[in-house]
Amino acid sequence: MRALIKGAGVVGLAFAHELTARGVEVTVAERQPDFGGAASWFAGGMLAPWCERESAEEPVLTRGIAAIDWWDRALPGEVSRNGTLVVAPPRDAGELKRFASRTSGFEWLDAEAVTALEPALAGRFREALFFPGEAHLDPRRALSLLRQKLVESGVALIGETDSDGGYDLIADCRGAARISSTAGLRGVRGEMLYLQSDEVELSRPVRLIHPRIPLYIVPRGNGLFMCGATMIESDDGGPITVRSLMELLNAAYALHPAFGEARLLETGTGVRPAFADNLPHINRAGNTIALNGLYRHGFLLSPALAEEAADLALAWNLKGDAA
Amino acid sequence: MLTLYGQELRSRLLLGTARYPSPASLEDAVRSSATEVVTVSLRRETAGGKQGGGFFELIRALGVRVLPNTAGCHSVSEAVLTAKMAREVFDTNWIKLEVIGHQDTLQPDVFGLVEAARILSAEGFEVFPYTTDDLVVGEHLVEAGCRVLMPWCAPIGSAKGPQNISALRAMRAHFPDMPLIVDAGIGRPSHATAVMELGFDAVLLNTAVAGAAKPALMASAFARAIDAGRDALEAGMLEPRDFAVPSTPVIGKAVFA
Repeated sequence: MRALIKGAGVVGLAFAHELTARGVEVTVAERQPDFGGAASWFAGGMLAPWCERESAEEPVLTRGIAAIDWWDRALPGEVSRNGTLVVAPPRDAGELKRFASRTSGFEWLDAEAVTALEPALAGRFREALFFPGEAHLDPRRALSLLRQKLVESGVALIGETDSDGGYDLIADCRGAARISSTAGLRGVRGEMLYLQSDEVELSRPVRLIHPRIPLYIVPRGNGLFMCGATMIESDDGGPITVRSLMELLNAAYALHPAFGEARLLETGTGVRPAFADNLPHINRAGNTIALNGLYRHGFLLSPALAEEAADLALAWNLKGDAA
Repeated sequence: MLTLYGQELRSRLLLGTARYPSPASLEDAVRSSATEVVTVSLRRETAGGKQGGGFFELIRALGVRVLPNTAGCHSVSEAVLTAKMAREVFDTNWIKLEVIGHQDTLQPDVFGLVEAARILSAEGFEVFPYTTDDLVVGEHLVEAGCRVLMPWCAPIGSAKGPQNISALRAMRAHFPDMPLIVDAGIGRPSHATAVMELGFDAVLLNTAVAGAAKPALMASAFARAIDAGRDALEAGMLEPRDFAVPSTPVIGKAVFA
């Protein structure tokens, strides 16, 4: 069986990985080099199904849990299993209870326990939620390493092709690029930034509860921090706005004033593709299968989606109705 | 029947569209509440998208009346510009006017509000001003052209419920014929019932529904609570008194004393 995957964002690469593992001969076509245009390049890389359940439907939790082991198997040593810390500024302390009432898999921490986990936050938060089962990875490293691993295992990488001929299966994993041509698919803009600080050390993602935006800071090692992300109903992929930048910087500063001295290395904008239920969907037409609508859960839900799609595709192929 | 700028409405619940888990859960909430008006925040980034905003398409597809709002605007000019963009996007003269005066409390800037209401009314907008429970501000808004007033009962998103019952009652008495909608601060259905019992014409909600674990169920709970308060008002409620009153007459009963 020969498959062509269009799009080399996290969905396309995860699907290539699953198909390769099932003995399929895979070609990946990507128009833009170096992950340009992929929402996953701007992802937080949090594997946080329990936290996400606060504002997402149940499948995000049930299907997301397996992602942690999946990434660990695909890229050994790249997943940090340090959990997630959730804190709130004093004025939003009540919101922490609301967050707790919407989620599971956490323990309440007092100030002492917060300090034990993250010494840099000593004395800053009287209470916090800790989700010990969660994990994170560096999405940019993960994308590059997974692509490299696929090439090593025989996957062909090509620029976008007009020719769909000769393949038993065509997989459309082009994400936000399909918004105008996929019914019900819309864009949700997300803005993020990278900070460099030698004064703050964190060993796990920290979420700061905020009345409007779910803000988080993810340590990338070597004093690098990713801070994200806004959620704006728009497919505008233009540069970050002043307002969003202020909100994100305020959050970093509220988490630790030493971020006031951090260097702002990069700002970025990605457009997340989403369906009306904010859940990913697999759509099939003939021998073409489309995987889309990962919304803000690219790294969390790609593994389950890719496994499901690969199983479906092979089942169709065995029955001889796909080719 | 509730009449807002000549539009007759059966439902006395107006629903905000922000912060739902997904557009699909928003749609479920709209359906289960039977609301006929939804408010939509028009952010410039949203309107600036290449496809004109997939989210707006979903809102239009709900098939209910859209009341665009100027949430997040901190100045008169920003609010006026946003209102004009909203008129283009949603093809309506209705605008829920917010001019925020304070970042932390989201308290309306009532001076800017009156000024913006006057400008927009003169340009043919039908303005729904988000205001405080201050009577004089209300008078200025009416003089500026508003034919609906939307006082808060507590700060936006605070879920505290009516904080100043006397002020709300005074407002109802002072504007007997003006549609009054409680906008902001409602946390639970009993709060909505309470303001409807005071004689308010409708309730506008967002966070209390969007932030619930089951938004559609909460939307329906609010719809019923609002109906209960309205029905109670029309049915005529007893005034509280200091002593017990037996519900069965005692006259004629045997007295052993």
